[in-house]
Amino acid sequence: MTPASQHDPDYNYAYLDEATKRMLRRCLLKAIAIPGYQVPFASREMPLARGWGTGGIQITAAIIGPADTLKVIDQGADDTTNAVSIRHFFARVTAVATTEETTKASLIQTRHRIPEEPLRDGQILVYQVPLPEPLRKLIPSESETRKIHAWAEYGPIYVRLYEDIAQYGHVTSTYSHPILVNDRYIASPTPIPKFDNPKMHMSPALQLFGAGREKRLYAIPPYTKVKSLDFEDYPFALQRWDEPCALCGSTSSYLDEVIINDANERMFVCSDTHYCETRRAEGHEGPQLAKAQSVRLTGCAP
Amino acid sequence: MYLAVKGGEAAIDATHQLLAETRRGDPTVPEVSVTQIKEQMALLVARVMNEGALYDENLAALALKQAQGDVIEAAFLLRAYRTTLPRFGSSLPLDTTAMAIRRRISATFKDLPGGQVLGSTYDYTHRLFDFALTNSGNEAQAVTAPEPLDAVMPRVLDILGDEGLIEREEPRDSDAIPEDITRDTTTFPAGRAVRLQSLSRGDEGFLLGLAYSVQRGYGHNHPFAGEIRLGEIRVCLTPEELGFEIDIGDITITECQMITQFTGSKAVPPQFTRGYGLVFGHNERKAMSMAVVDRALKAAELGETPTFPAQQQEFVLYHCDNVEAAGFLEHLKLPHYVDFQGELELVRRMRAENSAPTKVETP
Repeated sequence: MTPASQHDPDYNYAYLDEATKRMLRRCLLKAIAIPGYQVPFASREMPLARGWGTGGIQITAAIIGPADTLKVIDQGADDTTNAVSIRHFFARVTAVATTEETTKASLIQTRHRIPEEPLRDGQILVYQVPLPEPLRKLIPSESETRKIHAWAEYGPIYVRLYEDIAQYGHVTSTYSHPILVNDRYIASPTPIPKFDNPKMHMSPALQLFGAGREKRLYAIPPYTKVKSLDFEDYPFALQRWDEPCALCGSTSSYLDEVIINDANERMFVCSDTHYCETRRAEGHEGPQLAKAQSVRLTGCAP
Repeated sequence: MYLAVKGGEAAIDATHQLLAETRRGDPTVPEVSVTQIKEQMALLVARVMNEGALYDENLAALALKQAQGDVIEAAFLLRAYRTTLPRFGSSLPLDTTAMAIRRRISATFKDLPGGQVLGSTYDYTHRLFDFALTNSGNEAQAVTAPEPLDAVMPRVLDILGDEGLIEREEPRDSDAIPEDITRDTTTFPAGRAVRLQSLSRGDEGFLLGLAYSVQRGYGHNHPFAGEIRLGEIRVCLTPEELGFEIDIGDITITECQMITQFTGSKAVPPQFTRGYGLVFGHNERKAMSMAVVDRALKAAELGETPTFPAQQQEFVLYHCDNVEAAGFLEHLKLPHYVDFQGELELVRRMRAENSAPTKVETP
């Protein structure tokens, strides 16, 4: 954990001016009051590029304070380039304490994953959202999709799922599998793997979603019902792996496939790097841990 | 041997250092100065100011230097900076008839009050290399006209408007406080002010392509360049605490008014319609493209069926912003292995199911 220090005096605390933060907080309150509803907001240009987390960054900037401890993950990992970049950004403009430990973080900004470690009361999970509209692939027009949400006329998305089953025998979405929030709005869980969808249901943490380029915010308040869309005879099903994590032996985490040499040898390892490291520190050992160390895959400095 | 490498903090620091070295180039070659870029790459600086949505020649030149001449990256630097600036208020409408004209041409009238002013342009040059520019030491001196230009030059479209031949454009009540795309979310159908703001900072190449598509028949509306004018103009503001108008400085702008045929509808008699373009600095191509697309986006209001891309507000306004588009496109460079893993697993499972031996039905 990196402790708090002094923020960059050339910029306002957390980069955005206070009027912008107030606008964002008002929109967030509205989003929390109407779970799953996409609230338009006057998204600002940020010093990171659109599509690289500007929605999540604006939410974090609007709610972060000196008492917070921030964790930033991308694809489940704390050490991927963009996670490092965003963590550096907030360290510079807020000087808050940062951490990789899920349990120690009060605020977690994420792209594409929910941590394996269950979240608790009082934590806030901020999602970076590329495409907030779950119906966009079916209906390109925003005017149309807003009407569909207003009327809750969600037929087309079920037809899409049905067509998948009719054609392939499966629902073919593996990530961004649409969710019904609080029995009212269909929302995009962002491109988290469907493996993570159940973690959203009745989560004790507040879940906030920011799409900077598309200028929409939405929220799932703590302890809110979240259902992944399915049919009675084709219930929602999760991804499974035939083997445990090669490093920590976990059989219940989301695994990434890593190609380890040019002979096409591969291993499956936890995508949540902190979870994997914690398990290894606790003495859990995966079947290929020794081999991984020899090819420097465990994230240890060489 | 391939090793799966994750970008650690040290690697990122090192890449920033390498970037700085690459930007500088060969250290034996003199470093380009921001002032040189501002003075000698003025058209490029104008483009960056437009797409960066901030009028500041020094910062635009600095952005170009920092971005190694990458226009979108430079515009992005300006956009990120303008976010942090406080907002004092809205300027009063610009009176372009009072512009200090540097260039003013009309393609619809051979001569007109104030005359055709050719100014500085590449339009009438032969695109042959001037190899003398390879070397430094080029001094150039223009000739001064025998008499000064008129102080006020009427706009060509106002001349047509007096005859009632062209669509009237009058401020509506809602125009008093214009919508602001940097402070309000765009909703559809979008008002004219929102459309013009989006187009003004839209990507020059994208707008050029759209305008060209209109000319080639994808929403044909037969534009004429009624007038293009370039020059310096006063920007004024009335601060609340003063209650009177103050001049806050001059800016260079290019204005284009397109005239377009319109055969009329049940409600409107035949007349000409307008397309409007206004951009920072000297950039006629952008102003003209903007004007053609502005007119195309009026399709629904004029009772035309918006069939083609240039006529569709959502298509044009959502996709013309190159800073947003570049960011989203280039985010594909971010890791996507979590999602890709899901796809891999599914494809393997489906392939396994397809190749599983099917039951042979016995008669």
